Amino acid sequence: MLRRLLLLSAFATAFSAFAADEPTVHVQQPHLQGPRELQETTAKAVVQSYLDSWQSMSKALDQNRPDLLDRDFVGSAREKLAATIQEQKTAGVRTTYHDRSHNVQILFYSPEGLSIQLADDVEYDVQLSSGGKSLETQQVKTRYIVVLTPSEVRWRVRIFQAEAQ
Amino acid sequence: MRAEIPTLLGGLALGITSALAQSGELTVPKSIEAGAAFSVQASGSGKGTLYIAGPGQFIKQDVQLGGSIEIASGSLFNAGHYSVWVTSDSSAQSGSIDVLPAQKPSDITFIAKPSRLPVALHNAITGSAYVFDAYGNLITKPMQVSFQLSNPGSTPQTRNVETHNGAAWTQMDSATREGKAQFVVRVGDVSSTRIVGQVPGDPCSIKMNAKSAGNKIQLVTDPVRDCSGNAIPDGTIVTFTQTYGDSKSTVDVPLKKGIASVEMPAQRGATISVASGVVLGNQIRWAQ
Repeated sequence: MLRRLLLLSAFATAFSAFAADEPTVHVQQPHLQGPRELQETTAKAVVQSYLDSWQSMSKALDQNRPDLLDRDFVGSAREKLAATIQEQKTAGVRTTYHDRSHNVQILFYSPEGLSIQLADDVEYDVQLSSGGKSLETQQVKTRYIVVLTPSEVRWRVRIFQAEAQ
Repeated sequence: MRAEIPTLLGGLALGITSALAQSGELTVPKSIEAGAAFSVQASGSGKGTLYIAGPGQFIKQDVQLGGSIEIASGSLFNAGHYSVWVTSDSSAQSGSIDVLPAQKPSDITFIAKPSRLPVALHNAITGSAYVFDAYGNLITKPMQVSFQLSNPGSTPQTRNVETHNGAAWTQMDSATREGKAQFVVRVGDVSSTRIVGQVPGDPCSIKMNAKSAGNKIQLVTDPVRDCSGNAIPDGTIVTFTQTYGDSKSTVDVPLKKGIASVEMPAQRGATISVASGVVLGNQIRWAQ
């Protein structure tokens, strides 16, 4: 996957995606609180898992399929997204989230190693549609605070919350 | 320019904290506290549809254009950024709103590690916590969190920490005496407790005594303790090794009531040593 290759190619470096559909991703050096050292491989894995979660979320909300959340979301983040999908289904609409850019920085690695928190200044488009017809689109720029926890083979998003800029 | 929404709306939208954001004719509060009532002003006339869309929640509501659209208290409660649209056959108006976590903590997740560890270790117990409001939103505004580790018979260790983006952490020393410690994290009226078992460390030293028992030697250790004076738990293996000429025999014995004892064949000139883990005890040369 192009996004993955880009991420692995240079940590803490700005880069632009080649394909129009891929978001621009910038990963800043971690600004950590806490005593636990963060290995670069861990940081890359966490950021990659987080970026992948945007794809899962976008597909799940676009297709109104909560099962698509399972790979990347867990706990309250998954519950809230699944509830949103149910509300969309009831309303007969879909939303498509197209992330355009991410500016990610890891903020906290818990001492026992069971959670990592990051912030993401993200730009995305959200499109509302019903019956296959696009109703409205809006460009959004906001900051997400995200907490990921390790699972069997990847990090999964447990808290996914935008905060006021 | 900042305008207090409760004033503008006659106190309706309690908890609205910031300026109005307008997009076209749609007027939406820039932010509200989670679960607070608010209103959306849409121009035009006739019927329309209100959409509030974000990853955290979705609301669709039939509305009357040209007036105030009331969103009831408790309707929009998941913190995040939301797009707001009011559409009709002839028009579409948009805006956005941020839902902020409530200020009052209601829940705290707390991970204390490890759940069991040896005594007298510096900064060996860690605690990390995330603070949430009643809707399960992470409270990102800085808050004071208190961590307290209470060991039986000693003064509690307390650390007061400010959260960063809803997270707080600390490190504590394990006590010098074995026992169960209560590890409590507290923020406002909310607290969470974990139990940390503190067990004796490695033996500090091992001393055995030997006496003749017919054609055997009876070997008995003194009570085995760690360097803080805690008794090493029963079941801990103590190894007795007898070396005689080219032959060597070893017996593993579990501690029972704090001591280990064993009988080995009495062989004049044999050397007997005792150990537990990496701790080596005294050595005896049997001369009888």
